[in-house]
Amino acid sequence: MSMKIGEEPFHARVKSGIDNSFMRGAVAGAQERLHARRLKAAAELGNWEEWRALGEEIRQHTLANLDFYLFQLSENVAKRGGHVFFAQTAEEASQYILDVAMEKQAKKIVKSKSMVTEEIQLNAVLEKAGCEVIETDLGEYILQMDDHDPPSHIVAPALHKNKEQIRDVFRQKLAYDKTEKPEELALHARQTLRREYLSADIGITGCNFAIAESGSITLVTNEGNADLVTALPKTQITVMGMERIVPTFAEMEVLVSLLTRSAVGQKLTSYITVLTGPRHLEEVDGPEEFHLVIVDNGRSNILGTEFQPVLQCIRCAACVNVCPVYRHIGGHSYGSIYSGPIGAVLSPLLGGYDDYKELPYASTLCAACTEACPVKIPLHELLHKHRQVIVEQEGRAPISEKLAMKAFGLGAASTTFYKLGSKMAPSVLNPFTTNERISKGPGPLKAWTAIREFPAPEKERFRDWFHHRKKAGDQP
Amino acid sequence: MKVTLFITCLVDLFHTNVGKSTVELLERLGCEVEFPDAQTCCGQPAYNSGYVKEAKEAMKHMIRTFEHAEYIVAPSGSCATMFKEYPQIFRGDREWEAKAKALAAKTYELTQFLVEVLKVENVGAKLQGKATYHTSCHMTRLLGVKEAPFKLLKHVEGLEMVPLPNAHTCCGFGGTFSVKMGDISEQMVDEKIQHIEETEADYLIAADCGCLMNIKGRIERAQKPIQVMHIAEVLNRHE
Repeated sequence: MSMKIGEEPFHARVKSGIDNSFMRGAVAGAQERLHARRLKAAAELGNWEEWRALGEEIRQHTLANLDFYLFQLSENVAKRGGHVFFAQTAEEASQYILDVAMEKQAKKIVKSKSMVTEEIQLNAVLEKAGCEVIETDLGEYILQMDDHDPPSHIVAPALHKNKEQIRDVFRQKLAYDKTEKPEELALHARQTLRREYLSADIGITGCNFAIAESGSITLVTNEGNADLVTALPKTQITVMGMERIVPTFAEMEVLVSLLTRSAVGQKLTSYITVLTGPRHLEEVDGPEEFHLVIVDNGRSNILGTEFQPVLQCIRCAACVNVCPVYRHIGGHSYGSIYSGPIGAVLSPLLGGYDDYKELPYASTLCAACTEACPVKIPLHELLHKHRQVIVEQEGRAPISEKLAMKAFGLGAASTTFYKLGSKMAPSVLNPFTTNERISKGPGPLKAWTAIREFPAPEKERFRDWFHHRKKAGDQP
Repeated sequence: MKVTLFITCLVDLFHTNVGKSTVELLERLGCEVEFPDAQTCCGQPAYNSGYVKEAKEAMKHMIRTFEHAEYIVAPSGSCATMFKEYPQIFRGDREWEAKAKALAAKTYELTQFLVEVLKVENVGAKLQGKATYHTSCHMTRLLGVKEAPFKLLKHVEGLEMVPLPNAHTCCGFGGTFSVKMGDISEQMVDEKIQHIEETEADYLIAADCGCLMNIKGRIERAQKPIQVMHIAEVLNRHE
């Protein structure tokens, strides 16, 4: 599985999304629950805007000094006996992990949830080499059992599935014979997964925040699966995007609070796991060997550009949960494992415009995402920035649009052109007008009137009315 | 008080009545209203589509046109927001940044001007019936005008205001989004209309002609019995 999901063109994906009424019901329901819970959890703090400002400051400071903190982190991991590998590309990252797996002659690998391992196509690489890879996050596990259905949400990957669908997957793949009750489904998955942890050779995790001062990694979960993935197998490999780092425990605490409140409306999740290197003599559990893989894969190209704020992201999905576009098209329509507003900004940066040029336009620029972001990423501004790059640097805009915008520029910058154009509009559109409405418009109006009525231009423009009135002297 | 009207291109060309209502309302409240004839469009259609160079030409034209104004008032949250964003767009431009800042500082959305500058909440308007209000995204999130329309509507005699479910959600207009992503826009506006219908309101009121054009156009296509009004038209009903 790669960052890219599916080969269909954008509008075909959108159509399948819109036609999937079950998915849309599930997404709308989840958005409303999560929205209400997030607002409540934020309000509890009493000074949410100050928390957001602090979160932004921490992330900006860290990114501005990323080289320093990455060095500090790697030194501290090494001091505790861990191995650090900096991977410039996705291939380098998965190759390193594959090498470790081969060296350990690993047959079974358990994983806790990690978006960056999806991004580097890790499971496919390991499976190709003959390893059995088992996802232990319940959502990811369901998707894996369902023939590697891709995630549709960065926090709740199986958001698009209902319990009946999950029951059917379990029946087909796991010899499950009970009902669609969530408790029964979860219990079954738990029992199955327990056996896997105990017999796994390697545990692989993602990383919510690495802590530079101690060389620790932090994992935030509700299921506790990350604890088992890191406690039982002899070898642990943690994969992190190079920006997922904080200077000290103090900043980690602030960001975890912002993360859990924004992602699921909780003060804290059930488990916040902090791990520092391999097991030491005095410790009773933990891996014998620890590897930290720090993935660049295009991130350092974003540093120092106008898009740098996107690296502030802490992957809470608050933007996804308020996005009215995501609400109707679902995660798979984005064609990337990163969906919603953050995905629409990040995917073209990491995956290129060839695959993702439509995403920046899949937004009304309503700014709900920007308002929700706990670390104040100006998401709608970055979407706009992409459009500017697509038009002005990439030259990918359609000719008709370019001409229309050129004409607009001329008309709006000159009173004479504007007046002339607006005066002509009623007669130009007259053949299409009935009862002061246009139901089947020509040219650029066609797409509008496919869905809605368009008002006929007024015969007397406002400016004409104003001047006639002034001349007539009926102004008080 | 002298008010310089930034009427917006949508009102000038398609919604004359919103403009008339704005003038009459402001005059009734004692303002002297002027209309600089050179004004065109704030540049948002080009700007939001990524054509910043083209948009900047329009913006410069508007800055020049409104240079002399004391208070600029627009019957649109979105277009007023665009004026407010000019300084950021011209950041670092030695000639235009200061001018853009001066323009932004004196720009107000209509209801914001009434409540914050004129300090009126009861404009003596009358309208019989039940209404709900669509909070447009740019006006609430970017301009930060959240309360003013509700304060004004509360005092409209005969009007019962009912809350709109999911009021914070965009109606699906988004400028060129409405045609570029028509399939998604359709779903969004339909959900908005469904929520409006749930309120059983006679009137849908909003302060932005973009959103109103989208919602009204879809309501008309579906032949629903809901009247769509700009807030200036509501506040100007005083017979």
